[in-house]
Amino acid sequence: MPEPVLRIDGLQKHFGGVIVTDDVTLDIARGELHAIIGPNGAGKTTLINQISGLIAPAAGTIKFTGVDVTYMPANQRAALGLARTFQITSVLPGFSTLENVALAVQARVGTSFRFFGRADREQFVNDAAIAALAEVGLADRGEVVAAHLSYGEKRGLELAMALAMRPKLLLLDEPMAGIGRKESESLIGVLRQLKGRFSMLLIEHDMNAVFALADRISVMTYGRILATGQPDTIRSNPQVVTAYLGEGLE
Amino acid sequence: MSRTTVAVPSTSPARRTNLFGALPTTVFLVFALIPVIAVLGPKSYVLGLFTRVMIFAIAALALDFICGYGGLVSFGHAAFVGIGAYAVGILGAHGITEALVTLPVAFLVCALFAFLTGTVCLRTKSVYFIMITLAFGQMVYFIASSLAPYGGDDGLTIKLRSSLFGIQILRDDRALYYVALFSLLGAYLLCRAVVYSRFGRVFRGARENPVRVATMGFDLFRYQRIAYVFSGMIGGLSGFLLANAIGFVSPAYMSWQRSGELIIMILFGGLGTLHGAIIGAAAYILIEEVLGGLTEEWKLIFGPLLVIVVLFGRGGLLGLVGKVRSRFKNA
Repeated sequence: MPEPVLRIDGLQKHFGGVIVTDDVTLDIARGELHAIIGPNGAGKTTLINQISGLIAPAAGTIKFTGVDVTYMPANQRAALGLARTFQITSVLPGFSTLENVALAVQARVGTSFRFFGRADREQFVNDAAIAALAEVGLADRGEVVAAHLSYGEKRGLELAMALAMRPKLLLLDEPMAGIGRKESESLIGVLRQLKGRFSMLLIEHDMNAVFALADRISVMTYGRILATGQPDTIRSNPQVVTAYLGEGLE
Repeated sequence: MSRTTVAVPSTSPARRTNLFGALPTTVFLVFALIPVIAVLGPKSYVLGLFTRVMIFAIAALALDFICGYGGLVSFGHAAFVGIGAYAVGILGAHGITEALVTLPVAFLVCALFAFLTGTVCLRTKSVYFIMITLAFGQMVYFIASSLAPYGGDDGLTIKLRSSLFGIQILRDDRALYYVALFSLLGAYLLCRAVVYSRFGRVFRGARENPVRVATMGFDLFRYQRIAYVFSGMIGGLSGFLLANAIGFVSPAYMSWQRSGELIIMILFGGLGTLHGAIIGAAAYILIEEVLGGLTEEWKLIFGPLLVIVVLFGRGGLLGLVGKVRSRFKNA
């Protein structure tokens, strides 16, 4: 069996007395789109924060492309090829849309300890940024200051910034959160395009999206992984249905 | 999703500054012409005044670089000015006036001080950063005050201005003026180049959204520390010139009031534009000079003036000018 992109083993985290990550073991194969579903407060975002390095786990290990990154700072993980988006839109509001993505490109094309020469005139950086924007349909919005984008467009920009890093693993924290039906359908289309080209860990409440896209699904409640399996198995798992799917899915 | 790739021109911080593209040029032209105009009036007074304007403009520039672009509000930046000035003063007391020695020493000590204090300060954020830079600034202030061999509280007089290759090129006030002008121009162009460089983009990004930039793979601390060192060295340049211009150094140069004045200058001129810092420094010192001639309590007038500019300008004097312009255009 080939080395998985991500292997999490016995991860443990608590905030005070509340256990938010309870012995989570999970792996993501190369090229796989792995979705995590679960009710609010199940610990999904906390898990992503631990994988991306924004908070440290109490116990357990995280291996990314074979490297133990459990206690590695977020920026070093990113440099290894771990990209993420945020549930609460997180872009650089004062930068133009293009410059937001160009900064992400800059992170992977050579050193940024360059003090002369205008960064905005580096054509190959701009071209790569425009290519990433084109993936999410924002190629013609490059000049707009990010703060002035619509909410849906900002979600797209987030994704473009992550894509521009050409990551080995993409962590998507509720990319559809708060966007309209039409926009979320087009976003599903975008993710379908990306599927196979990138390994992805997707957290999402939109069950249509999850069951349409995921190769495997893990169900989380109270910090635990209840079950992992292919969409059909998960759909028919009685434990899962009572815990979570019961209300939402018919 | 549609995939129409429209050719997008390059991102342009330039476009945003184009509105005032002519302004920095005008500012430097005015500075260049002052000595010519000054011939008509009390020459040495006007020259001295504008030399001081440009020297403080360099310090304000240094602060605007880290504060306006990096969001790092340093409340101890006068320390760098003081260190630069003391490098001239202390070496001068030992008979060393060669600029090829004193200036590199000023740069080196400033860089070292910025590196060491930056390593500590930059671990903190927002108001904590302000307070800890203030603390380090005060520390230097008290060290200078206790330097008994070099005048302690009273400071020390600099008998000879710096020389270059042993030649007293700065003896003439006009020469000093032009050296200050070229230093300001150099500092301005250097800061501008760095702001628009790859490095500058990361540094500016760190202000916009540090977590996002870190998750792109940048170690922000290293970028910010380099910027802090760079800014400190420019502050040192200002101090080097100040010591030469005034012929005297004292701990007062690095008091926290001086650091506060630098912050007022960049707020007054307009944050994060570089030339705004120059205009702010000029406005501050000229207003101080004019109002100070009228009344002892000139700050009573300057205070409300500052409030009005910051409140209605929202980008200092530059913002105010922009507002008035757009109003005229719309009318």
